[in-house]
Amino acid sequence: MSDFDAILKAYERSGGNPHFLRSSKVVSMVVSGNRVLGANEVCGVHLFAEELPDGVRARIVVEPGVKLPTPAHLCFGVIPNEGVQRILPVFEIGAGAAVEFVAHCTFPNAERVVHLMEGEIHVGRGASMAYRETHYHGEVGGAEVAPKAQVTVDEGGRYTGEFVLTSGRVGVLRFDYVVNVAARGVAELVTKAYGYGDDQIVVQETIRLGGEGARGLVKARIAVRDRATSQVIGTTEGNAPLARGHVDCVEIVRDQAVASAIPVVKVTDPRAYVTHEAAIGTVDKKELETLMARGLDEERAVDVIIRGMLQ
Amino acid sequence: MTNGYMLKVEHLWLERDGVTILRDVNLTVAPAQVFGLLGRNGCGKSTLAYTLMGCGGYAPSSGRILFDGQDITQLSVTERARLGMTLAWQDPARFEGIKVKDYLALGMREPSRAEMEEALTAAGLSPFTYMERAVNDVLSGGERKRIELAAVYAMRPRLAILDEPDSGIDVLSLDAIGRLIRGLAAQGTAVLLITHRDEMVPVADVAALMCQGEILEVGDPQTVRDYYARRCQPCEAGQKMP
Repeated sequence: MSDFDAILKAYERSGGNPHFLRSSKVVSMVVSGNRVLGANEVCGVHLFAEELPDGVRARIVVEPGVKLPTPAHLCFGVIPNEGVQRILPVFEIGAGAAVEFVAHCTFPNAERVVHLMEGEIHVGRGASMAYRETHYHGEVGGAEVAPKAQVTVDEGGRYTGEFVLTSGRVGVLRFDYVVNVAARGVAELVTKAYGYGDDQIVVQETIRLGGEGARGLVKARIAVRDRATSQVIGTTEGNAPLARGHVDCVEIVRDQAVASAIPVVKVTDPRAYVTHEAAIGTVDKKELETLMARGLDEERAVDVIIRGMLQ
Repeated sequence: MTNGYMLKVEHLWLERDGVTILRDVNLTVAPAQVFGLLGRNGCGKSTLAYTLMGCGGYAPSSGRILFDGQDITQLSVTERARLGMTLAWQDPARFEGIKVKDYLALGMREPSRAEMEEALTAAGLSPFTYMERAVNDVLSGGERKRIELAAVYAMRPRLAILDEPDSGIDVLSLDAIGRLIRGLAAQGTAVLLITHRDEMVPVADVAALMCQGEILEVGDPQTVRDYYARRCQPCEAGQKMP
């Protein structure tokens, strides 16, 4: 099996559709370890990639006004059971452009795999970017993954970031995103993860609403069981008139797992308004008994509730 | 069918936090019968429902619950459900991320879209509008209530305990809820209909009045309704209907 076929198989295992990575009509990039195995551009979208000893530096440019009718697909993976992958992407979304990225990061055999992502994202004036990222770290718990990004949203722009790691083990996850939002811009960060065994989850998300009328939402849905741990630090700052922000964190904890949440709200302009809510606990008794009254056993009912929350 | 009944409750007592809530409850629900249990707020109707279903914290102090001849007093919620019992909560749970169609399917032996559509329609909901929606707090209380009833309908249980299926439902839709309950009975389901609205009683084949944790009287629905509507006032426990 070629490296490309191997990574496509892993990509499919993580929920991706390989068809998109083969299509000439779809923007795509496939990276295995430190090698770029495939990249496809379409009119108005440019991909630049440089292979490094331990990863890939990439620059993805969407020209102003370009609106992609179909999502761009990205695949980052490490197939061997150990290795280090460092991804250094820069996204430049031109003014008025609109693009959605569907990214899959897959480490199906991870026993000692480290994946580091240090990204920079710039969403131009009036532009829109969604980055929907699904991870699969295998079933052993041997992955250490640290996605980190600095996001800038210009006036009237919109950034939506979604990180999902709900299938297989987590291993160690250290998620750290900071988003700066200009006037009338919108930022939404959604993180969903399900940890078990001795998985460790740390999610740190910060939205700084720096322009008048900027809006932001930090949302986390985390479930941990066995001896897994999770910590969510969601920060929203209202630093401009009429800025509106909200932090919404729900964590479900079972067995000997430990979960914590630190919602931070900071307001430096009296006309800004930022709220937060955080709930940590076991599965709701009424939800559980409702499903049991339909014939589900307790374990299956808990799983249905958690999977629902993580949808 | 054995024993001529689907549910039989014998001398059921329940205490919670040192307070006696159910007092020597006795009742019998026949197969495909709608048994209306009428009573004011706080008289113990919902507690009885949770106790019959085996919910956590509602283990009876004494007495027995028989389901089709089998003593189920010590069985779990799941075990009771698998025998064919279910409960529709007065205030149904919210399920973030679970779609209506998936929620309905959870209780169905062989989920089919046609049966789901039939259940939603029976509950007065458009399948087209609701099938893909989530059973979360975006839905109104009345919508969640109807979805709960649809889930029970789709499950085709042998016994359905409906805890105030009429609360939170607009008055104009009460007839539809009544038809759904009769529909359950028509498909062979025994229904324990718990309500505090006397206008729901005509849906029942037989009715009982509950007061302060005690079943006062069992009999003709119209008689029980008349007494409840005209004369039932706060009183000492145990006072019988004249």
